Amino acid sequence: MNTKVKIAGVEFKNPVMTASGTFGSGMEYAEFVDLNKLGAVVTKGVANVPWEGNPAPRVAEVYGGMLNAIGLQNPGVDVLIERDIPFLQQYDTKIIVNVCGKTVEDYLEVVEKLGDTAADMLEINVSCPNVKEGAIAFGQKADCLYDITSEIKKKAKQPVIMKLSPNVTDIAEMAKAAEAAGADALSMINTITGMKIDIHKRKCVLANKTGGLSGPAIKPVAVRMVYQASRAVKIPVIGMGGISCAEDAIEFLMAGASAVAVGAMNFVNPYVTMEIAEGIEEYMRKYGIEEISGLKIDDL
Amino acid sequence: MGKKKVKTKVVSQRELSGKGTEGRETGERIYDMWLETDLAGDARAGQFICIYPQDKSTLLPRPISICEADRENGRLRIVYRVAGKGTKEFSHYKAGDDIEILGCLGNGFPLEAAEGKRVIIMGGGIGIPPMLQLLKDLREEGKAEDVKVIAGYRNGQLFLKEDMEKYGDVYVATEDGSAGTKGNVMDVIAAEALQADVVMACGPMPMLRAIRSYSGEHGAKAYISLEERMACGVGACLGCVCRTKKEDAHSHVKNARICTDGPVFLAEDVDI
Repeated sequence: MNTKVKIAGVEFKNPVMTASGTFGSGMEYAEFVDLNKLGAVVTKGVANVPWEGNPAPRVAEVYGGMLNAIGLQNPGVDVLIERDIPFLQQYDTKIIVNVCGKTVEDYLEVVEKLGDTAADMLEINVSCPNVKEGAIAFGQKADCLYDITSEIKKKAKQPVIMKLSPNVTDIAEMAKAAEAAGADALSMINTITGMKIDIHKRKCVLANKTGGLSGPAIKPVAVRMVYQASRAVKIPVIGMGGISCAEDAIEFLMAGASAVAVGAMNFVNPYVTMEIAEGIEEYMRKYGIEEISGLKIDDL
Repeated sequence: MGKKKVKTKVVSQRELSGKGTEGRETGERIYDMWLETDLAGDARAGQFICIYPQDKSTLLPRPISICEADRENGRLRIVYRVAGKGTKEFSHYKAGDDIEILGCLGNGFPLEAAEGKRVIIMGGGIGIPPMLQLLKDLREEGKAEDVKVIAGYRNGQLFLKEDMEKYGDVYVATEDGSAGTKGNVMDVIAAEALQADVVMACGPMPMLRAIRSYSGEHGAKAYISLEERMACGVGACLGCVCRTKKEDAHSHVKNARICTDGPVFLAEDVDI
């Protein structure tokens, strides 16, 4: 049995990754998780300069999930290169750096700076619902997505994953646009825009008013979108959205994902990524499945 | 011992706002729970633990301050207010129940800052519980010149007052004037003409802001414990930030993480 997966020429020891923004740069969770046991660590989104993010409250719990409106607070790409990438290099895991920006130039600056680093892949965040300028706009219109993807592909030295927004009418159309522009892989879904009102204070719970919904509540939406997108394109899809256990991860792999990422559930169980990697192996052993790709159900 | 998520047993639980207690009719339900856990061994005053609700529709762990740590016997005490679904579930736990907690989190109060100083500890409302362990530790270290406690309550429901009185004099303020000085903790300072070189405090934001102004005017160092909605509790999600005066060394922006860089901050360093 073999749990290795290959995405755009990069080999991962298993298909379990961390979802950007839920795992810091790996440092905070290294106290709980043996990072050597993960397929990849995907870092918190990083821009060309430090970003302050949104005012607090930035998080709110909702039934079966949570809302966040962090606003992509980050220390800037230079700090990531000096501090966080060397930290992750100590471990036998792949490094995927999530990149954010407000303009195409912002993205390109980060992508170029990362070119000569140990980052194995770049994940381009064109789908954050919590920053007003740029970002999500690039991920909500197929032609904008095409343009930014092709610009990034011209500069990027590493394979590029485009992280797609679920806040669109037709996910397959978006997936095809990214593929046509040269994306090496896709990841989905980012959070679903939501809102919560405190009926006693008579105002929104989040300072940003709206936020991104994540957690088990969004899993069926994510599975559906991974299913639709992965069957519309030939490039690999990394599936995420509400994965809380190995069974959930297997569902995504059956739907058509080549790998999975775990997000909000890290907050509920800091050991969850390792447990999911083990659980997938156990399932494969039980059903005599030799390869991760063997989990995909073609005629679903 | 580092941060860990562990299974722990409830040793005991009782309601402090029990029958016959004044103030219960206002709806404040305050509970007192002891947990058996090795995490108590190196728990510091001002640190907190996260408790995971068993109802999985309430996803996130609840951060609750440590009220008392019995380090020798491996027990932690928390005193908390029922504020929502999670804490309501906790209030139903009984001796012998198994629960999961993450701890010990945050920095805690800097005991060394009390050395040779006149210290006033101030707790307001549900900010009072962490003051008990702080008071015990300051007494035990015995390095402060003097330690006084001011506890601000809403009404005559003076929870933890007797516990704190074992370790020193407790000045009380109540909003409704039913006990001690009528008003808040700052009114006690004025009424009793108390002097402090160092203030250590936890309570509602208006109280912490008043303490921050007081420390500026009187040249006292104020260490205040902040609260914010949290998700991870370990510094990864950046959910629980507070604004800082200077650029934070970790974030490289003027935001610090309350769960990891705090919850205790020097008042002059934060923008509250």
